[in-house]
Amino acid sequence: MSAVVAEHDHHDEHHDHGPAKGLVRWLITTNHKDIGTLYLLFALAMFFVGGLMALVIRAELFEPGMQFVNPTFFNSMTTMHALVMVFGAVMPAFVGLANWQIPLMIGAPDMALPRLNNMSFWMLVAGVLLLASTLFMEGGAPACGWTFYPPLVLRDCGHALPFAVFSVHMLGVSSIMGAINIIATILNMRAPKMTLMKMPLFVWTWLITAFLLIAIMPVFAGAVTMLLTDKFFATSFFDAAGGGDPVLYQHIFWFFGHPEVYVMILPTFGVASTIIPVFARKPLFGYSSMVYATASIAFLSFIVWAHHMFTVGMPIAGELYFMYATMLIAIPTGVKVFNWTATMWKGAMTFETPMLFSICFVVLFTMGGLTGLMMSVAPTDFQYHDTYFIVAHFHYTLVPASVFILMAAGYFWLPKWTGNMYDERLARFHFWMSAISVNILFFPQHFLGLAGMPRRIPDYAVQFADWNMVSSIGAFIFGFSQLIFLYIVIKTINGGTGEKVTDEVWEDASKHSLEWTLPSPVPYHTWATPPEEVPSEHF
Amino acid sequence: MSTNAHDAYYIPHKAVWPIIGTAGLGTMLAGFANYLNGSAAGSTFMIAGLMIFISMLVGWFTLQANESESGMYNHGVGISYRMGMMWFIFSEIMFFAVFFGTLWYTRNLSMDWLGGIGDGPGRSTHDALWANYEAKWPTNGPGKVGGKEGEFESMGAFGLPFVNTLLLLSSGVTCTWAHHGLLAKNRDQLIKGLMATVSLGFLFVACQAIEYHEAYSEMGLTLGTGIYGSTFFMLTGFHGLHVCIGAIILSVVLFRSWKGHFTPENHFAFEAAAWYWHFVDVVWLGLFIFVYLM
Repeated sequence: MSAVVAEHDHHDEHHDHGPAKGLVRWLITTNHKDIGTLYLLFALAMFFVGGLMALVIRAELFEPGMQFVNPTFFNSMTTMHALVMVFGAVMPAFVGLANWQIPLMIGAPDMALPRLNNMSFWMLVAGVLLLASTLFMEGGAPACGWTFYPPLVLRDCGHALPFAVFSVHMLGVSSIMGAINIIATILNMRAPKMTLMKMPLFVWTWLITAFLLIAIMPVFAGAVTMLLTDKFFATSFFDAAGGGDPVLYQHIFWFFGHPEVYVMILPTFGVASTIIPVFARKPLFGYSSMVYATASIAFLSFIVWAHHMFTVGMPIAGELYFMYATMLIAIPTGVKVFNWTATMWKGAMTFETPMLFSICFVVLFTMGGLTGLMMSVAPTDFQYHDTYFIVAHFHYTLVPASVFILMAAGYFWLPKWTGNMYDERLARFHFWMSAISVNILFFPQHFLGLAGMPRRIPDYAVQFADWNMVSSIGAFIFGFSQLIFLYIVIKTINGGTGEKVTDEVWEDASKHSLEWTLPSPVPYHTWATPPEEVPSEHF
Repeated sequence: MSTNAHDAYYIPHKAVWPIIGTAGLGTMLAGFANYLNGSAAGSTFMIAGLMIFISMLVGWFTLQANESESGMYNHGVGISYRMGMMWFIFSEIMFFAVFFGTLWYTRNLSMDWLGGIGDGPGRSTHDALWANYEAKWPTNGPGKVGGKEGEFESMGAFGLPFVNTLLLLSSGVTCTWAHHGLLAKNRDQLIKGLMATVSLGFLFVACQAIEYHEAYSEMGLTLGTGIYGSTFFMLTGFHGLHVCIGAIILSVVLFRSWKGHFTPENHFAFEAAAWYWHFVDVVWLGLFIFVYLM
């Protein structure tokens, strides 16, 4: 291992291949590992910013009555919490993983379009800055919900609207460039023997996710552009007086919005399908069915959008169609859950932290999925719509699913990236604190929603007081537990437990995927020549 | 600066243009947002940002052209670039799909509901607010929004729009003719073909400008003329913008052809520009049918 590193240092002096000195390195880097690190650190920072906003919300809801913030600021917090978490934390975190892992896993020297890769990241930062600037502006940050429904957003959004719109444009450009890069990398840069059906599932899920991103981000950009022209240039897209229709916005938004939620969950599936086989010491069960299920979910995501709009008003045929189409999603998703379970079946399992988070993901994501199935039934959705039941549902699919799997990915790959081992005891403590508190936080919200508590309100009737208090206590425990993760990550980067990890890190991991055949820590440049032989999940 | 001994994939190191371009675009959009909010300094920032962004385009594309001409891109790099361009055009198709979808939805669904036909969500709006509104395209809505005292003329298909269709279609032909010239190492044909394509493109934009001027000054048809004006100007306006971008891209390709760039084997920039131009062409055909003809 040290020989390889030394050779690289030698190489650097002569060919100027190493990173630039100082902070400039991060501004102008084209290295997929540097850019992956930037994405992951940015996402981690935004996770805490968005988390802080969530704690403002939960603090206000701790008791009925108005405590800490005024209602507009409360609504700004629900809006910004969603936008920051979706566009600033979860999506960039998965792009960061894609940057780090895809070239390593397919045997490519870097991403296909390295300069574009750099621009994708900095566009993301610029977009989030535009959005964050609204917090300090007259009238405050957008308070209309992350969906920006007209006519509310056009009357109520103050100075924030154009900033929010242009922020969406920049985030869209960033996502599209990132997605183009990922597709070109996967389709064009694989090692000769890495056929499509040998690729790790993480790579497959990202290939499909990237397609979703290119298809939907322009749609969102178009929708918010029409908001902008309705507000500032006298158009009538969403104004019935001029012959437009505010419901049209919702159709366009959710045509983007539904695939968007799969943008956050498909890579989650990919990471889970990568981690579980390693700790079950078995090949992934049903590899090809996993690929087909992912593709099916992606296809279905484009034809189910109006299940977000059952109560808005649609012709009855529309209600029925979107109800049945939505139920279909349970089939490929069920295939995946059964495959993960079957992978663990009779496996020689060990329960290191990445595996703990992954198993917890399988269980709690299934719960979030089943409440989704409940809401797909249009007549019952009239009861659930806009209540805390919805909040509970999508937080179960996002926090103990996407966020937990991101934690799992951190614990799984950090030793490979840094060459240092994290503190397993502390990590397990982090896991148990998170797993317990996340349920204290979100499970009671099911009860609140079923009892009729609406979402996005700063105050509520006294009958909701008890479960709100429980939920808020869970929120604070969960929030502060994540500081343990921050501590572990920083400590691992700075040497960890002092124990140097092997190249494989996890027992027999190199049977599953290529990155474990590289030295630990991974050198700055890898796969200058592609690997001769490639492992796969078919051993 | 980094070609390995074997025919390796070109991995650039230390790129400065992406961060400059990001700063430019960010400044421009922040300036535009401030301008829309009525701030005096907004337009200054907008123009400054645009200048930075343009200098990024010039700098980055010059760099790429030089690298390409010095033979740094192997076959694999060419495939990545082609994939990148194809998927970029796909994203553009999705962007236009939004506005075509908007036209379809408002014209075929929500207008009828506002007129009291069918059981859609706008039906109760008809009953409660505009019981006299009759659904008939072109419309500026039950509130008669915009126009000359609420009245306007819609844009016919046979006149300038038909001329524009012929212009763009023939520009597609000249573009392909230029490509044949490039492949046959006939530089004269390449340059003439490109000059014709670029001229036809800008001629199209000029006709569009005349059409817009007529609409605004004589027909009572503006961006604010209800849903007809909104969809008409949004669709044709974004298309016109794309024609301008395409013509500028082709101008750069023309300039490079003059300088002797491109070989029958290595001419990604030409191909990308041509694909983009054909895409713009096809969008226009959609516009001609759904906006003007129907």
